[in-house]
Amino acid sequence: MALTTYVEAIKQGIWEEMERDERVFILGEDVGVYGGAFKVTEGMLDRFGEMRVIDTPISESAIVGAAIGAALMGMRPIAEMQFIDFISCAFDQITNFAAKNRYRWGAGVPMVIRGPSGGGVHGGPYHSQNPEMYFVHTPGLKVVAPATAYDAKGLIKAAIRDEDPVIYLEHKYLYRRIKEEIPKEDYIVPIGQAAVRREGRDLTILTYGAMLYQALEAAETLAREQGIQTEVVDLRSLLPLDKDAILKAAKKTGKVLVVHEDTRTGGIAGEIAAIINEEVFEYLDGPVLRVTAPDTPVPYSPPLEDFFLPNKEKILKAARQLAAY
Amino acid sequence: MLARDRKSQGVGPRTVSSSVRPATDATRVPDDASLLKMLYYMKLTRALETRIERKLYRQGKIVGGVYVGRGQEAISVGAAMHMRRGGGEDHDDIVSPSHRDMAVFLMQGVPPEKILAQYMGRKTGLTRGRDGNMHMGDLRHRLIAFVSHLGDSIPVAAGCALTFRMHGTDQVSFCFFGEGATSRGDWHEGLNFAAVLQLPVVFICNNNQYAYSTHVSRQMKVERVSDRARGYGMPGESKDGNDVLVVYDAIGRAVERARHGEGPTLLEFLTFRMTGHSAHDDAGYVPKVLFAEWERKDPIRRCEDDLKGRRLLDAGAVQAMESRIEGELDEAVAWAEAQPYPSPEECLTGVYHEQA
Repeated sequence: MALTTYVEAIKQGIWEEMERDERVFILGEDVGVYGGAFKVTEGMLDRFGEMRVIDTPISESAIVGAAIGAALMGMRPIAEMQFIDFISCAFDQITNFAAKNRYRWGAGVPMVIRGPSGGGVHGGPYHSQNPEMYFVHTPGLKVVAPATAYDAKGLIKAAIRDEDPVIYLEHKYLYRRIKEEIPKEDYIVPIGQAAVRREGRDLTILTYGAMLYQALEAAETLAREQGIQTEVVDLRSLLPLDKDAILKAAKKTGKVLVVHEDTRTGGIAGEIAAIINEEVFEYLDGPVLRVTAPDTPVPYSPPLEDFFLPNKEKILKAARQLAAY
Repeated sequence: MLARDRKSQGVGPRTVSSSVRPATDATRVPDDASLLKMLYYMKLTRALETRIERKLYRQGKIVGGVYVGRGQEAISVGAAMHMRRGGGEDHDDIVSPSHRDMAVFLMQGVPPEKILAQYMGRKTGLTRGRDGNMHMGDLRHRLIAFVSHLGDSIPVAAGCALTFRMHGTDQVSFCFFGEGATSRGDWHEGLNFAAVLQLPVVFICNNNQYAYSTHVSRQMKVERVSDRARGYGMPGESKDGNDVLVVYDAIGRAVERARHGEGPTLLEFLTFRMTGHSAHDDAGYVPKVLFAEWERKDPIRRCEDDLKGRRLLDAGAVQAMESRIEGELDEAVAWAEAQPYPSPEECLTGVYHEQA
């Protein structure tokens, strides 16, 4: 069976949903003629036509606002942010209109806002951001961040079929670096379910996105060099969090390390640490530790960005500290 | 193009004898029943908002903010006359009102008692107590709820119109806002988006000259909101917003354009906010002379005089209409006051879709 890249999996997911449901359409900058800055929508204009693959002005707020209007009229829009950094331009539409609509007057807004997030490709401060927590802090939204090609396809399909607005963060570092066999048959990955990527009894690493691979490499080294068996959990959904999976893994090993590429203060790690403290404190054998980016913008120059990003070495250091408890 | 549209309009100008020809710039006038309907809804709107602002709010029965459209009723009434309703999802128009368009709610079929329950935070209000005052919507009435972030509904209205275009229907998206909202970036993005994609939107500006305390001269450098239309490549007009027939006429032409696939129109209606920004605001910053000047241009009295001139009603009929309205509102207030509040734990429900 041929291997499918992460980016191809996203494209397949959107394509299949557009074939399956004529209410699904995509709008954004350069998504039509050009096929998207990262080619996620390549070929869609020819297949689905310009009323379903809509090139828009550079107007993120209008793109999201129009998607909201279309969703209210019964459509299933997918709004592409060319880089997820630009989602800040649409912050108001997302947090005040899309997120609160159902709660206020019962009118749901089924739509997906998706775009390339994350660093590691020397994109600098405006093409590398991880904006998840702005939205995780907004009741009414859902936020997902796939790490595998299988999940990329399954989560985009679940997001499109969801009745509520979903922020879908695709990690651009993974676009063409990750490939795997994925089923031909239709499937979804339910929103709100984490996945155990590696079983272990000594230590738990909770992570998501591109950091999954750094965590898995660190776990491999810990096992090989020190015989430490690390459980690695891929969160996949940040809102809602899979609390059961988090608590289960915390209880199992008593030692939890949370790893994310997002910056430290207000990152999801703090929230996870609080949940673990509140609910399974008596099972803990050590503090919940964090490995995150520092509280700075994402820098451009290679030595700066390498310093900024969490990696296997930083994870190993924290894991060894935690294992020593 | 506009002249041709006027001719193609099915409801042509009524033939009226010169002796009763009203003092209006409108080129087409609706039939008698419609004229009476417009007067009724302007009066109902005024009476409902007066109860809310000057009675229920002062009695402490409305806990939050109150924003009314006193003096601006002709705009939403004249516009709502053109809203297609009652024909299902592929037929009915959609409306994004501003916070000073109460008449639109009434004319789209929301009963006054539901609006009052909304203001009082009751469970049977349009938002079940989740939100207050004019922050209400109901897709069954084809009304999209306004949010406080002015201008946000402009792109949303464009998105509704995008759907109509995708479906190939001749439905129209009506989008209301004040002149203050035109300073927001979303307003610009929304108009540009609608123009570029040639979407069937009628953009309706209630220019009441004050955004809270800020005069329009601090809002924009151009003389008219409609001057901006050229910048987006759409037609724009400024009209007397206190003459319901002028509003009816201008909106009618814009709606025709939209239904015929000719894209959006920006209409500015000049009017005046005959009260403060909200019920707690005494509008001390507005020169008294302006209130006096615009009182003389009151849209309801103008319409009433006009209809009397057309011999459609006399003083007795006006009194009967007003009595009927007051009676309806007495009942509506009583109903709303008898409604329960939501139970506290309802706070937690409805954030996300819940399986039935």
